[in-house]
Amino acid sequence: MAEEMHGVDPSAGHDVSVQEMGAVQQFTVTMIVRRFDPETMEEPVWQDFDVEAYSTDRVLDVLHKIKWEQDGSLAFRRSCAHGICGSDAMRINGRNRLACKTLLKDLDITKPIYVEAIKGLPLEKDLIVDMDPFFASYREVNPFLMAHSDPEKGKERRQSIAAREIFDDTTKCILCAACTSSCPVFWTDGQYFGPAAIVNAHRFIFDDRDDEAQVRLKILNDKEGVWRCRTTFNCTDACPRGIQITQAIAEVKQAIMRGRP
Amino acid sequence: MPPRADRAPSAVSLIWGIVATQSTAAAPAQPKRMGGTLYRGREGMWSWVLHRITGVAIFFFLLVHVLDTALVKVSPEAYDAVIGAYKTPIMGLGEIALVAAIGFHALNGLRIILIDFWAKGAKYQKPLFWTVIVLWIVLLAGFVPRQLMHIFGGA
Repeated sequence: MAEEMHGVDPSAGHDVSVQEMGAVQQFTVTMIVRRFDPETMEEPVWQDFDVEAYSTDRVLDVLHKIKWEQDGSLAFRRSCAHGICGSDAMRINGRNRLACKTLLKDLDITKPIYVEAIKGLPLEKDLIVDMDPFFASYREVNPFLMAHSDPEKGKERRQSIAAREIFDDTTKCILCAACTSSCPVFWTDGQYFGPAAIVNAHRFIFDDRDDEAQVRLKILNDKEGVWRCRTTFNCTDACPRGIQITQAIAEVKQAIMRGRP
Repeated sequence: MPPRADRAPSAVSLIWGIVATQSTAAAPAQPKRMGGTLYRGREGMWSWVLHRITGVAIFFFLLVHVLDTALVKVSPEAYDAVIGAYKTPIMGLGEIALVAAIGFHALNGLRIILIDFWAKGAKYQKPLFWTVIVLWIVLLAGFVPRQLMHIFGGA
């Protein structure tokens, strides 16, 4: 399969003279997927697929074509398919990305595209991992508003634009685990809270409507808390929402040293 | 969270991970145990890898150095023999590796301090990394030629 066709297939393209305005370039792309079936396999194996694709397609579209037209047993998660639900984080050419936000035209399609499950979480099947440890860390930081006072009757809690700005970046998290599973510390030390949990703690620690920042700072001032961060910046690079995660972790570190947000 | 089975000293497993994953990436048909492709991190990850490797190397040097210095109390003759061995060309080259390791570890350590304590450190981590590399090369350019002359030119 992959041996005979790695590059762009010229026959699949259109003759330039008859090519219509806005016509989309078509080509054959080779996708090598790391597959694992817990019932029959000891180890995951690489399997390659040749797929007819368009330059407007995303990696998720290619996975769909494989599942729908070639091998229905391919297992992966996706829900909204538009970069909001955070279901389809996977390692694409060695980097954590959302399959639904990665366009083929942004990859080198003259070479095969390697797709595998995110790292550091237990592999269940093909591209699906067990997300329970990830969400357990998330829950541990109390990712919800804890206020001791009630807002004025019939009113909302007021917050200035400047006060909202402080944690604006960390409100964008979609819990896809691309950051946490890109972290070398998390790969080897599953006890580490991981970037996503710290980002969501940051979101409430620096919210002036919240009254329990100290509780979260205490939780993260742990051996397996923020001090495990070795500033590799893999998380910041992997985040599909562009959150400056390492910066947020640094801000939590400083808040712990200050003793207040 | 329950402890995971693959928990291991991170420097060792990382090096093993690099070795294992590179061989897998070259031959996708035969996956090895660690499996998967090498994670393609950028400047931040590689600076951390180098920081770890140089850190562990410096630790082992200090261990040996403390032991050989302690020898002078036990037996001055043995101490002289050990110090004499340090004057061989192989040890001279080893000193270049030592200075390179300490130089990188020190400069990158300053970079990490800036990332942690300077408000804009995280934003400028990539320029800071390349600044570290440039300063490191300048440092070695000053030391290595002199050291090579010292090793090979003297006799």
